[in-house]
Amino acid sequence: MGSLDLRHIARLSRLHLTDAEIKFFETQVAQILSFVDQLKAVDVEGVEPTSHPLSLCNVFREDEIKPSILLEEFLKNAPRAKGPFFEVPKIIESHS
Amino acid sequence: MLTTVGLEVHVQLDSKTKIFCGCRIQFGGAPNSRTCPVCLGLPGALPVLNRRVFDLGLRAVLALSGTISKKIKFDRKNYYYPDLPKGYQISQWDCPLGRGGFVELDSGKKIRLNRAHLEEDAGKLIHDQSPDTSLVDLNRAGTPLLEIVTEPDLENPAEAYEYLSHLKTILKAVGVSECDMEKGQLRCDANVSVRNAASDPLGKRVEIKNLNSFKAVKAALEFEVTRQTEAFEKGVALTQETRLWDDKLQKTFSMRSKEEANDYRYFPEPDLVPFTVSEEEIKTARAEFSKWELPRQKKERFAKQYGLSDYDACLLSGQDDVALFFEETVKLSKNAKAAANWIIGPVFAYLGSKGVTLNQTKLTANHLSKIYQLVEKGRMSFQAAKDNVFAEVIANGLDPETVMKEKHLEQVSEDGALIEWIAEVMQANPKVVDDFRSGKPSAAQFLVGQVMKKSKGKANPGKAKDLLLIKLKEI
Repeated sequence: MGSLDLRHIARLSRLHLTDAEIKFFETQVAQILSFVDQLKAVDVEGVEPTSHPLSLCNVFREDEIKPSILLEEFLKNAPRAKGPFFEVPKIIESHS
Repeated sequence: MLTTVGLEVHVQLDSKTKIFCGCRIQFGGAPNSRTCPVCLGLPGALPVLNRRVFDLGLRAVLALSGTISKKIKFDRKNYYYPDLPKGYQISQWDCPLGRGGFVELDSGKKIRLNRAHLEEDAGKLIHDQSPDTSLVDLNRAGTPLLEIVTEPDLENPAEAYEYLSHLKTILKAVGVSECDMEKGQLRCDANVSVRNAASDPLGKRVEIKNLNSFKAVKAALEFEVTRQTEAFEKGVALTQETRLWDDKLQKTFSMRSKEEANDYRYFPEPDLVPFTVSEEEIKTARAEFSKWELPRQKKERFAKQYGLSDYDACLLSGQDDVALFFEETVKLSKNAKAAANWIIGPVFAYLGSKGVTLNQTKLTANHLSKIYQLVEKGRMSFQAAKDNVFAEVIANGLDPETVMKEKHLEQVSEDGALIEWIAEVMQANPKVVDDFRSGKPSAAQFLVGQVMKKSKGKANPGKAKDLLLIKLKEI
């Protein structure tokens, strides 16, 4: 598990971890990975790769309009809202 | 220096509802009014694929001569951004809807396609409403998109522009998308690199985002090619990066935020089952789009049916509104040559100068055919029709004959009036008359011009010339 870069993964997930936390989680994540790694021992020669556990295929819905939900209903769950919008910390796409 | 360009086009598929839920698709409208637990990414909500979206995607792949994949599945593309409620976008990674295919340029060069895959659009962020927060509108989240990716076959900005025009025409022709760029129904990212010689490996690839028009694609690529070539010649190392096009400043800028984000950790979307398409279904899809005439077929038909040059056929068949208008005009007048000349000449000149499309003008096929029929019948000169009548008709939707009469442009063919003008012109230009009589036949042309001028363009030029020649030879 030497290639595990927890700092990079944390950054991708927008998590701010302290050095102590990185160390702490590194051990745990490494354990999880080695646990899952046991699957590598299984011989899958000639087995079709599975992307889904169900043997279903081609499940569609028709292109029919369903009522959308009420604004107030879901804005109640938002940590922050402004008028009809969700509100988030400023995202700046600035020029360098 | 050699330039290599690849394009990624996102086209909005023309369905009534979103790709994975029944929320209505509509441009604009009250913020967050067309959302539901699925497109908001609420826990426990499950996506189900819209059949029409899938069918339109199939049709697009077939229209672009691509191959439908044997196995089609969806994957999660993971990244955190506030316009993406689930923290991942449902897209396709290793089993896209289609692979291959091509778009042929006018030169006959084929721009190969790498793949076409289905995905959902993200929401919209609004930055200018408050100083320290951004606002999120998720109406657009879940809008069905087909992403069409080329091979790096484009060699300059002009080819990129041409490719996009052809792609748009094809997709519109088979009813896959409206392709309205102003509504964001067709969006484009460009990858561009430069290198010294064909034997060198490809240069560092720069991705340009925020290209909102075909013009912007061309301008941004031109800017990037110059920037990269200059850096290359100065020996400055280029970096692989994402840059943003600023349409106002006509420049690209580095986007630092994207520097390390290109690690999407794709994995299969467990909420959607895989899809397969049988030969039978492909046949049905093919049969359905064979009802539509592809742009190339239309061009060939125009050339053959109306006796047009390849170039004229291309100009007249390239845009739907123009093609339809041309055919209507021909039907009314039975004169394809005149219709073609008038549309390619005065009509295109007018559209170009006003920056509008044909549909935005008040010109009707009936009026245009009337204009040139008046010219054919000798009731008005071509010059008067083009310079004085046409502008009124296209701008205000007036009847050509009425305009002609109101402006007193009806052509004069009666001998009396013509002879009077001719006499005046001959009297005013004795030297030119002498020139003609001493054996300079070209002098007559000048005098005809003077007669036309005197008559304010109303004289029938053929008739005037005949009479003038008689008068010149009289003494």
